[in-house]
Amino acid sequence: MADMIKLTINSIPVEVPQGSTILDASVKAGIRIPTLCFLKEVNEIGACRMCLVEVKGARGLMAACVAPVSEGMEVCTNSEKLREYRKMTLELILSNHRAECTTCSRSTNCELQTLAVEYSVDDKYFSPSGLEPDIDDSAIHLIRDNSKCILCRRCVSVCRKDQHVGVIGAISRGFNTHIGSAFDMPLSSTSCINCGQCVQVCPTAALTVRDDTDKVWAALADETKHVVVAPAPSVRVQLGECFGMPMGTNVEGKLAASLRRMGFDGIFDVDTAADMTIVEEGTELLNRLKEGGALPLITSCSPGWVKFCEHYYPEFLPNVSSCKSPQQMFGALTKTYYADKMGLDPKDIFVVSVMPCTAKKFERTRDDQSASGYPDIDVAITTPELANMIKRSGIVFEELPDETFDPIFGIASGAGHIFGATGGVMEAALRTVAEIVTGKPLEKLEFHEVRGTEAIKEAEFDLAGTKVRVAVVSGLENATKLLNSVKEGKAHYDFVEVMACPGGCVNGGGQPNVPGYIQNTKDVKAIRASALYGEDAKMGLRKSHENPVIKEIYETYLGEPGGHKAHDILHTKYVARKIYEDR
Amino acid sequence: MSKSTVPFAGTQEQKVELQNYIQEHGSEPGALLPTLQKAQDIYGYLPIEVQEMVALGLNIPLSEVYGVATFYAQFSLSARGKYKISVCLGTACYVKGAGEILERVMDELGIGYGECTPDGKFSIEECRCLGACGLAPVMTINSEVYGRLTPDMIPDILAKY
Repeated sequence: MADMIKLTINSIPVEVPQGSTILDASVKAGIRIPTLCFLKEVNEIGACRMCLVEVKGARGLMAACVAPVSEGMEVCTNSEKLREYRKMTLELILSNHRAECTTCSRSTNCELQTLAVEYSVDDKYFSPSGLEPDIDDSAIHLIRDNSKCILCRRCVSVCRKDQHVGVIGAISRGFNTHIGSAFDMPLSSTSCINCGQCVQVCPTAALTVRDDTDKVWAALADETKHVVVAPAPSVRVQLGECFGMPMGTNVEGKLAASLRRMGFDGIFDVDTAADMTIVEEGTELLNRLKEGGALPLITSCSPGWVKFCEHYYPEFLPNVSSCKSPQQMFGALTKTYYADKMGLDPKDIFVVSVMPCTAKKFERTRDDQSASGYPDIDVAITTPELANMIKRSGIVFEELPDETFDPIFGIASGAGHIFGATGGVMEAALRTVAEIVTGKPLEKLEFHEVRGTEAIKEAEFDLAGTKVRVAVVSGLENATKLLNSVKEGKAHYDFVEVMACPGGCVNGGGQPNVPGYIQNTKDVKAIRASALYGEDAKMGLRKSHENPVIKEIYETYLGEPGGHKAHDILHTKYVARKIYEDR
Repeated sequence: MSKSTVPFAGTQEQKVELQNYIQEHGSEPGALLPTLQKAQDIYGYLPIEVQEMVALGLNIPLSEVYGVATFYAQFSLSARGKYKISVCLGTACYVKGAGEILERVMDELGIGYGECTPDGKFSIEECRCLGACGLAPVMTINSEVYGRLTPDMIPDILAKY
């Protein structure tokens, strides 16, 4: 155990391990020091100067987020001088921030605004002038407006450190400093993988998800359209946050009820398609194990990961499962199987998905994602976009009764639910594959080895004499490490789950923004994921292949899992992409 | 920071020289800055083609290379011409109308400062005090000094090159 250091914060004695920062110690003392740029383990650069504290005997003020504690230190976090300094710092930041708080999409959920109100800041003190929108809207999933950027560099750090992509950086110097891509090229011209982690960490509205709700409103108003909607697994345990409910509240019933009241014609569940994905991907894994084929098989549910692989590791593309993601399977089956069953023309069906993910906005535009001849998915919106639509519809979400999805494509297993957490797809697949291989029902459905938020999880299972070596990673920096060790022959796996976002979809780029203070002090990924696992544990139906909807679709429409028709509708192809353009 | 208007014309020799440098020093901590200095020594400037070589060689994102290249004034992203025009914007020259001299040079050549004509002949920079305040306003073309300038003298001076 590390040596413990004793110090006082505002006269409160605290003991923390050596190497802790003053900020760590303050959390332990129950004191909140304001921060803007700091993000634990991601962006620890002491740049914004909001967290300055007084340390007895020190020459100047210290940035609590990076200053290490020492024995006997006496820290003051809340003096008259500090309050004045912080107010001045905020006024200086605001002097170069195009504040339009009345209409800004991050209003009431903006870390700069929150602190400005807390410190009674005079936003005209330095009379900002001449600030015009400075917008890059080239990307399909997000919009950057540098006139609202406070140069905290959280986006730069998360893109480089967590995601190993690094398509943005700080450019130029002094007053001209701005965040952008190399050579100020539009984001769409870079190898950005659309994961949206930058949006998740942005304290202001400099980075916002592209709002596609207008397209949904228009479809709902169009009487010639049969509009169906389905939320992804993790959406139900996050949507509540947009209505002030505690993190990790499962609102599946209210979610279904709200969609019905908004006037959608079909209220479906992407979890059902997740079960379908497991049956197809499990079949693919068994085929590759039996007949030979590129191993490890790597999951393809995460479109951020798929694009990352296309840009950075094209040599692994043969390993990536040819299965479409649950979103795309849902859309493909809606416009084929469901259209057939309901006697609808696929051209009249408008499919909306609600996703924890910004990369889904890109995925739906990929080639070979239109099984019916029409795009599988017409619009992909994120959790906060849906929350906004619910509010605008005048629905009092908190008071809704619990309803269920339409059974024709709305029954899902617990295995489908847990897709939203890192390790979930692996566990769901193992439940199905194990039963197919052994021909016996599993005694224990929980595969704890692949749960949790550790960087890389590995396990080996014996399935009726067949050894299956699996690994689970989330966050593309971790995926990079894993792929490199596979490439170097240091690691051998049969099946690998990769999720682009650290922690999986519960921490996706299309989830509600969580203030830095909470990200720094709570394990957001684990809290959100526990709601999914809790739900799964309560369910009777916990295996994808036992889902009655899936069984019926195979029996009446698709034929065999992995068969010809299933391949036409539910599988896709990938393309190698470059990091830099040819010159 | 303006980008290069001159097509990139790097040679295989230059590429090998840069790659050899990266091979030797690329793994040292803080290798980016000296590598960019070396690259600028070799190519004279740092166009996207060169910055990509550096990014690939050091295995870091291009955005990081570009960030450093645009942070330090010593790096030029634009090719410099065969004839480097440097207009002094120091106090004395400025008071004596150096701003108009710079404008006229830019007008005549059709480029801004920090840029190079597409034929690679002229590039314009500004500088602060050449120590010839008695001759203000002053500009230099390579090592040739021109003093007591008026805007109308510019076309004739440029025509000499």
